[in-house]
Amino acid sequence: MSLFPLRLIPHTTNFNFMRVRWVSIGIAALLAIAAIGAIAFKSFNFALDFTGGTVVELRFQTPPDVDAVRERLQAGGYGSAQVQTFGTGSDLLVRLQPREDAGTAADAEASNRTAADVLRLASSEGNAATVMRSEFVGPQVGKELALNGLYTLLFVVVGFLIYIAVRFEWKFAVSAIVTTLADVLIVAGFFAASGIEFDLTILAGLLSVMGFSINDKIVVFDRVRENFRNLRAEPMEILNRSINQTLSRTIITSFVAFLTVFALYLYGGGSLEGMALSQMIGIVLGTVSSIFVACPLLTIGFLTVTKQDLMPKAKDEALLARRP
Amino acid sequence: MLEFPRWKYVLILIVVLASALYALPNLYPQDPSVQITANRGFAIDAALRGRVDAALKDAGVQAKEVDTEAASMLVRLPSLDAQTTANDALRKALGDDYLVALSLASTVPDWLGTTGARPMVQGLDLQGGVHFVLQVDQKAALDKRVDGYLEDTRVTLRDKRIRYTSVERRPNNSIVVTLADGEDVAAAQQALAQTLSSRGNNAGTLATGSGLTYQATGQQITIGLPQAELEQIASEAIEQNLTTLRNRINEIGVAEPIIQRQGDDRVVVQLPGVQDTAEAKRLIGATATLEFRAVVEGNAADAVASGRIPPEAKVYQLRDNAGPVLLNKRVLASGDEMVNARVGVDNNGLPAVDVTLNNIAGQRMFDYTSANVGKLMSVVYIERVPTVTMVDGKEVRSVRVREEALSPTRIAGVFGKNFQTTGLEKTEADNLAKLLRAGSLAAPMDFIEERVVGPSLGKENVERGTKAVVFSFIFALAFFLVYYRMFGLITCIALLLNLVMVVAVMSLFGATMTLPGFAGLALTIGMSVDANVLINERIREELRAGVPPQAAIATGYDKASGTIFDSNMTALLAGVALYAFGTGPLKGFAVTMVIGILTSVFTAVTVSRGIATLIYGGRRKIKSIAI
Repeated sequence: MSLFPLRLIPHTTNFNFMRVRWVSIGIAALLAIAAIGAIAFKSFNFALDFTGGTVVELRFQTPPDVDAVRERLQAGGYGSAQVQTFGTGSDLLVRLQPREDAGTAADAEASNRTAADVLRLASSEGNAATVMRSEFVGPQVGKELALNGLYTLLFVVVGFLIYIAVRFEWKFAVSAIVTTLADVLIVAGFFAASGIEFDLTILAGLLSVMGFSINDKIVVFDRVRENFRNLRAEPMEILNRSINQTLSRTIITSFVAFLTVFALYLYGGGSLEGMALSQMIGIVLGTVSSIFVACPLLTIGFLTVTKQDLMPKAKDEALLARRP
Repeated sequence: MLEFPRWKYVLILIVVLASALYALPNLYPQDPSVQITANRGFAIDAALRGRVDAALKDAGVQAKEVDTEAASMLVRLPSLDAQTTANDALRKALGDDYLVALSLASTVPDWLGTTGARPMVQGLDLQGGVHFVLQVDQKAALDKRVDGYLEDTRVTLRDKRIRYTSVERRPNNSIVVTLADGEDVAAAQQALAQTLSSRGNNAGTLATGSGLTYQATGQQITIGLPQAELEQIASEAIEQNLTTLRNRINEIGVAEPIIQRQGDDRVVVQLPGVQDTAEAKRLIGATATLEFRAVVEGNAADAVASGRIPPEAKVYQLRDNAGPVLLNKRVLASGDEMVNARVGVDNNGLPAVDVTLNNIAGQRMFDYTSANVGKLMSVVYIERVPTVTMVDGKEVRSVRVREEALSPTRIAGVFGKNFQTTGLEKTEADNLAKLLRAGSLAAPMDFIEERVVGPSLGKENVERGTKAVVFSFIFALAFFLVYYRMFGLITCIALLLNLVMVVAVMSLFGATMTLPGFAGLALTIGMSVDANVLINERIREELRAGVPPQAAIATGYDKASGTIFDSNMTALLAGVALYAFGTGPLKGFAVTMVIGILTSVFTAVTVSRGIATLIYGGRRKIKSIAI
């Protein structure tokens, strides 16, 4: 036990986070607007899960020439096929939109044919490919999934609102939800802007970002509530102090959580990359917004918290009210 | 001041032991194997063992072990490739006498198995196989049933010699009967109620027609199908399809298939270990059925040419373009009234299909044949081929129905429930018997989703997932050990126990592990980390405030518990929502996340506190703690 205590964050921090609140809220708002813009104008590169179509994962003996494969597929009549490397260098992911005469939902044999077709076209002499995975999804499923995703989001938002409003205070609930949604929006905006294929695992990632982000905010708010009850100070001062007190916890938690997701990104393989990426960005954003945005929102306009909001309601008040 | 009740230690000990026990089976790898079960009339015996050994030797496959049990034989193989080769070889060698299926055999020792411990179920993405989602066409099921009522109505009226001018189907699925004489209304209604409600089928589960309503106005009787009846028809169509699918999948021999109803009109089929989708799809998707119909006398070719087709007849084309044939509109028996069908030989030694009907259809057949010995009867083979055409740039889905009559056979004598269909070729008879035996689909189904995962990719996914989780752990543990020292060690123990608990709970409840499930596990570590950091930071804070070590530990745990509860409740909410609305991969992720959150609260709050108390508790004064 002779190891010196290690501290990433000095324990007597006293940053004045409230002083920069307009700047931090402004930056968050700008990012959110930019995200909305990216989603509106560039839209998501929806993966098969949502659009319907056929995807074939091929493994080659040696790393193939992606452009050559694309050309061969085009020559074979699959002009709109998307070809990308996946996982290791010798794996290729080919996505096709259903063709008029094949690959459609009703034709039971079509997707088999498509996979065989792609395999035949993609293989070249001396570098044969094998089909690792092929998937065919009807467009109807896609629509339903998107709708389900939306329902999940609504359910979670409403659930959070109610829970926090009951356990804390409605102002905290609104602030936490707004900040969390902004975080999720910005991560989503990143995926729209970057054009990374948006699939179901990324949707799951986004929802877990939501859970993570709200979690961070609740820890800070929990401390705010505690301090409001125990300290005699101005709200601004209490908020500042609460953030400072929980700063080391917030950063360390995020750091370790980031590490675990990073391991997922490094070793999880291609199909978990998107999910890990969304969580990595989400963790960073969630941490930053917990520190710089969530509490400052509580000093603005109708969200301004006062000591009265958080003091336990005196019991005799209720008794008094009952008297004639 | 730093105390921990004894019963909690007992609880922790029990939980730790139980978790270890139930997580243990996951350490045993599964053997790729081939399972052989005997069809009726064949036994699992030494002779079979000899045939299996010979077949394996011919194929050049070395089996790891061959287990013989009462009902089946299990051939364990060293690799997936050997499994495929052995499967092909055995299927060929054993033919129709035995059912050969791919399976993954557990290597969990018997003593462990007796405690109820078993490994986690692996999702398709982890073990390879095919996944289909099928949509059931409920309208077709409804049409079929209403048409059945329609035809029964006509027949009943004719049998009872009640004259009618028309029997029509209305768009709202009701049937309107117009009688020739208004005085017959009461008698007709009684007769209809009697026959329609007794219309049954083989499974005995379909609607009995008892919910039908009869309304008489003047010379008309309106037979209505109440909404409940319509819904029941749709629901039963799915149930019958599920049963049929199960039968058909048993035919191709897949160990542990998953056949589930999803939502109102979908069926999910997962066949682990199957790679060749063509065979599976052909059997699953085949919407062929049979109908037995009487041949209407007269020259069919002439009737078609002149356009004068008898009112009770319908023109069918004979198989192989052998010309038209006139068949009665009334169905004597249909595929769903069939009880059994098997390949046999007729009197001339030619292939035939022996058919057994259920009682009602058998009675109908008896009634008909006793009055019509020497006349002709034909089997109509109906196949549905879904097609998609482009109209004005839009996809229009339609179904092409192909109906063929097999060449008519003469009714040699009176027969009832059992009879023979002759005039088939060997392969034709085989296929027919197989299809009939598997039952027919109550409603056609379309493939709307299909996924094939190669076995090597599945194996790779497991390796990747495990590696990712292991590294997640190593990263987190290393950090904690360095950063919190003694309490880091406590946290590490809590984290490890948490992982074991999640695995144990998932194994115990048979939850399915998927690739995103591994991500859920990694995230669980993140969540668990949060709780532990909250506690440790709180203790540090108390120490800084000058609180004595033991009091600091107690206060730290107390104060952090509330926060942990609040922050985990919200995460739990997100997990539950994800499970409720998600499908497939999302569900797998949600399950691990929810279980992980629950166990992490327990390990962080209770277990780690117990350990901390063990180390720092007691009466002695402690000057400093390593945190």
